[in-house]
Amino acid sequence: MSEQQPKRQDNSRVITRLLASVMIMFAFGFALVPLYEKFCEVTGFNGRTSNTAATADESMQIDQSRVITVEFHTRVSRGVSWDFTSEVRSVRLHPGEVKIVNFYVENKTNRDVVAQALPSVAPGEASLYLNKTECFCFENQPLAAGERAVMPMQFYLDPDLPDHVHRLTLSYMMYDLTDQVRPRTASANRSE
Amino acid sequence: MSTVVTDTHSAHDAHDHHDHKPTGIKRWLFTTNHKDIGTMYLWFSFIMFLVGGSMALMIRAELFQPGMQIVDPHFFNQMTTMHGVIMVFGAVMPAFVGLANWMIPLMIGAPDMALPRMNNWSFWILPFAFMIMLSSFFMPGGAPAFGWTFYAPLSTTYSTDSTALFVFSMHIMGMSSIMGAINVIVTIMNMRAPGMTYMKMPLFVWTWFITAFLLIAVMPVLAGVVTMVLTDKYFGTHFFDAAGGGDPVLFQHLFWFFGHPEVYIMILPSFGIVSAIIPAFARKPLFGYASMVYATASIAGLSFLVWAHHMFTTGMPTFASLFFMYMTMLIAVPTGVKVFNWVTTMWRGAMTFETPMLFAIAFVVLFTIGGLSGIMLAITPVDYQYHDTYFVVAHFHYVLVSGAVFSIMAAAYYWLPKWSGVMYDDFLSKLHFWCSLISVNILFFPMHFVGLAGMPRRIPDYALQFADINAIVSVGGFLFGFSQLIFLAVVIKAAMKKGEPAPAKPWEGAEGLEWTVPSPAPYHTFDVPPQVK
Repeated sequence: MSEQQPKRQDNSRVITRLLASVMIMFAFGFALVPLYEKFCEVTGFNGRTSNTAATADESMQIDQSRVITVEFHTRVSRGVSWDFTSEVRSVRLHPGEVKIVNFYVENKTNRDVVAQALPSVAPGEASLYLNKTECFCFENQPLAAGERAVMPMQFYLDPDLPDHVHRLTLSYMMYDLTDQVRPRTASANRSE
Repeated sequence: MSTVVTDTHSAHDAHDHHDHKPTGIKRWLFTTNHKDIGTMYLWFSFIMFLVGGSMALMIRAELFQPGMQIVDPHFFNQMTTMHGVIMVFGAVMPAFVGLANWMIPLMIGAPDMALPRMNNWSFWILPFAFMIMLSSFFMPGGAPAFGWTFYAPLSTTYSTDSTALFVFSMHIMGMSSIMGAINVIVTIMNMRAPGMTYMKMPLFVWTWFITAFLLIAVMPVLAGVVTMVLTDKYFGTHFFDAAGGGDPVLFQHLFWFFGHPEVYIMILPSFGIVSAIIPAFARKPLFGYASMVYATASIAGLSFLVWAHHMFTTGMPTFASLFFMYMTMLIAVPTGVKVFNWVTTMWRGAMTFETPMLFAIAFVVLFTIGGLSGIMLAITPVDYQYHDTYFVVAHFHYVLVSGAVFSIMAAAYYWLPKWSGVMYDDFLSKLHFWCSLISVNILFFPMHFVGLAGMPRRIPDYALQFADINAIVSVGGFLFGFSQLIFLAVVIKAAMKKGEPAPAKPWEGAEGLEWTVPSPAPYHTFDVPPQVK
């Protein structure tokens, strides 16, 4: 029985390590959330485009040899009754060429709302090459009851866009952020 | 400090040595005996198997004909969800933990599990977890209806309040599994009999050892995911809500990071069971013991690198699809090693076909079929066709029912004489085997064809051209379901000690320390550790 005693201590050492692993893996599960976000930002994995305005480089060459079709897709989230459309369904452009496309939104309800459009690009890898110099999606849009707004979006495709991409879809989903944003927008200074 | 340890220890010794056990309900409530706890786990698992099976029969009854006959679509979804949850967390996993409790101490020559009080606790929280889960049927809106995979936003935006019960019961099941896994690891590391080196451990012990590490690694991730679902639904977080900057696809990544190792948690102990039974009835030592150990470890390692093969259709970059496709196919290599070793063990063996062996051979054949359809699903371009069809349902039922469940039944027949002290009813057990074998194939094999033809899974109604095959499948389902009552009869008969008394080693070719103790195994075994040469 004397040999049992060191085993007891052994047990507590193993248990401590295993419990620590459990805690680490629990934390790891949560750490995956920011890691995934960062990973997507770097790789374009989830099709999100950058949230900040790009500046078109003056020296950028327009690649006349390629024509890319960019399709636009607009949706509003569940339970929202606004009209949200794009001026055109698609544009054809050369990489490096800057285009402006107008989007329209109309708040058909009788209450003031704050809307936020979130972009998504398919295929995801193309999202890294779609650069917006100006976009309504960079900030949220207060919409008074019945207000109709024109929202411009200026963008270009990076000439480094992979060769096998000939067509990409830029999708916007518009969400109602009224409840979450209202207190902040009151003081926020929105300048276009 | 050391005196305290010695004191509690000598008190513990005194307790160990009085042989009688508490009687009645107290014996079961307060037991710290690995055999009692193992028995409770196995009974619990069998009850849950019947509960989850009844839900499957309700699904099959509705799908017997096209059109809506018996249940409404929302209730149908509750059935598919709860069937999955109960079978995975209530039937298969507790059955393996029960087998681990019973057999690991006997196989490594230990007097009990290393942490007997925690062992009691890890069992007794399980019935409460499932009571919480099942009570959700009585809530407004019914039980969870978002599938056992509880994808966001189905489980966040579109679910009823039963989600809260689902989440808490998942937490409790997770705690139970983690405690069970810690217990197994500590037992195997510290309680082996003198001379029992790691590479002398029976494969069932090895596969459970590796499984326990998988549980430690992924159950906390599951706990994290269900917590995120809970906070997204009730506390305004946006982990999976795009409106708040989250990403619903992230849910799938997190879930399958848990989910894929989880499916190996449900099959690795099966490998161990089959690796014990086939040599016993082929009367040859297992072919390639060391390669079996390494293959199990490689499968466990690879299981962390394949999760996104469940998500090919979410629109991954080609590179990622290829990576996960090749990684998944790579798993076929260690799995192939195992199947090869089992077949080679049988090759030129003096084989007899007792019921455990029949189930083990059926396991090897049918699990291989399930594995091969897994390879088909791993191929990214064709997965676009198979994704979310009955082909997937056929695949995972081949590996989980005719794989994991058959191996559990093989284990039950193999060790039942050791547990009960009597031989099981041979005629009934053979009847059970042949009924199960035939009906399981009537049940799941035609699913491949409707799946390839495009029938989606988780639907209560379907296009007319799938009607004939679905009718056949439903007949198979009912036959398989009711065949399990034969198993219940066999087990009850053995538990009531009706049958020929079993010798300490009822199988001529069986090897291992568990056969050195009398049948039924005494309440306390290996008080003095055996010497392993």
